[in-house]
Parts: sequence; C-alpha cells; structure tokens
Amino acid sequence: MQSETKSRTDQLTTPAGHSVAVLRFEGDIASTSKDAVLGAYQSLPKATNKLILLDFTKVDYINSSGIALVIQMLIEASNFDQKVYAFGLSAHFTKVFTMVGITKYARLFASEPEALAAL
Amino acid sequence: MNRSKPTSVEVRLPSRMGFEKVAMSAAAAVARLEGFREDRIEDLKTALAEACINAIEHGNRLNEKRTVVVVLSAVDDALEVKVIDDGKGIKAQPVKPDIDRKMHGEEDPRGMGMFLIQALVDEAEWVSGTDGKSSYVRLVIRLDKDAE
Repeated sequence: MQSETKSRTDQLTTPAGHSVAVLRFEGDIASTSKDAVLGAYQSLPKATNKLILLDFTKVDYINSSGIALVIQMLIEASNFDQKVYAFGLSAHFTKVFTMVGITKYARLFASEPEALAAL
Repeated sequence: MNRSKPTSVEVRLPSRMGFEKVAMSAAAAVARLEGFREDRIEDLKTALAEACINAIEHGNRLNEKRTVVVVLSAVDDALEVKVIDDGKGIKAQPVKPDIDRKMHGEEDPRGMGMFLIQALVDEAEWVSGTDGKSSYVRLVIRLDKDAE
C-alpha cells in the first residue's frame, strides 16, 4: 500500500567549489524506508562526504516514522562532523520539520540551486 | 456545501501499515467538499495518518483481522474525525519532542505521532473504551481558522 521509497545519490560541486552528496528520494518516507534513507546515507564514505543535501522534491508523504529516520541520519551525521541540508519539501512538510525541530540541525532550502549557492 | 443535517462518512481499514493513506484520501475529499483550504487539508491528512498508524500499530497490534474505523463528520464549520480501534486506549499525553535530547541520544528519535496530531488540529482527545476496547481518538479541525 505504501509507495516504495527510491533513492539515488549524485555527487555535485557547489559554485564555491565544495563537494556535495545529494541524496534524492522518491515515494513515501515511512517505517519501510530505512534502507532507502539510512542505507543510502550510510553507503557514503564518511571521510569524503562532509556536505549532505537531501532532495525531497519527489516525496509526497512523510509520516512520523519517516521523520524519525531523518533524525537518525542527523544524529549519525553529527557524530562524523557532516553537515546535512535539505530542499524540495512542500510548505506543509517544511512546517512539520520546523515543528519537530529538525531545522535546528538541517537547514532547509526551497530549491536545489538555492541550496547549492549557499553551500 | 449546503446541507440540512450533518454529513457523515465512514471508512473501514485493515490493520496494515499503509492503509492510513486511504483514510487520508477520504478525509481530503470530504474537507474539499466542505470548503477547507489546502493547507488545512494537509494538516488534517498528517494528523489523521498518525492517528490511523497508532490505531493500526498500538491499538490493533497489526492484527489484520481487526479493523480501524474512521468516521468523518462535517458539522457546521468544522470537521470531526474519530479513529476507533480495538485497543485499550492511550494513557500517555502528547509530549513535545525535544530535538536536542534526541540528537544526544537522551530521547527516542521516534514517538512524535501524538505531538503532531495535537499540533496540527484544533482539538484532539484520546478516549479509552469503557469495555477496555473500542478506544478512539477524536480530532476536530475548523473551517475558519486564520491563515498562518
């Protein structure tokens, strides 16, 4: 019933010359999304990926279990001195992420160009 | 929508994760017919999804033989939603998540469902069934809430 979560990773360079790993998600982010969310993040070598950008443009549904996966990622990233950012959330999920405090640890941007320009 | 008496719609869900989306779609359709703004409909969908997930997982313990009943009632300028399961009800009250405690491993990263429910609708109450089952959560979202 839940839409399977797909994820893929792109390695980009920001206009400022920094390397960024962009994790692009598609589908629902729920309790069944552990491999697609945490697995995709954990497959990135920690030493060479210090900037992580999450793309939620193609995500329509995120529930509290999905939010918990994002928080688990933030905890792990914090432990390895990685910075996490995100873009592409709807206005509603931007509000939800703000309500639960995620924005304190992951800055949100409206779009990919805006995010890359800031990093 | 003009009407002379309250409108009521009932949806019955199997206790299987993912079926909360059926209730979300039904609630969104009813809310649109009642003239709710899209941002309020999104609030309702998320709150209802969390209520259904709690009913499926904790109330009915993922037993697919048990049904979660969602009753959507449009009354005057509000939409009332009851999510009924076969559990004994929830005694705990919603707690605002503390992201700092979560980040430091002092609080479970999960457990935000009840907080989201309470934060996104105008009223939320958890009622335990008198017979030790048939508990429900009752949500109310109002049509005239000012835009944020």
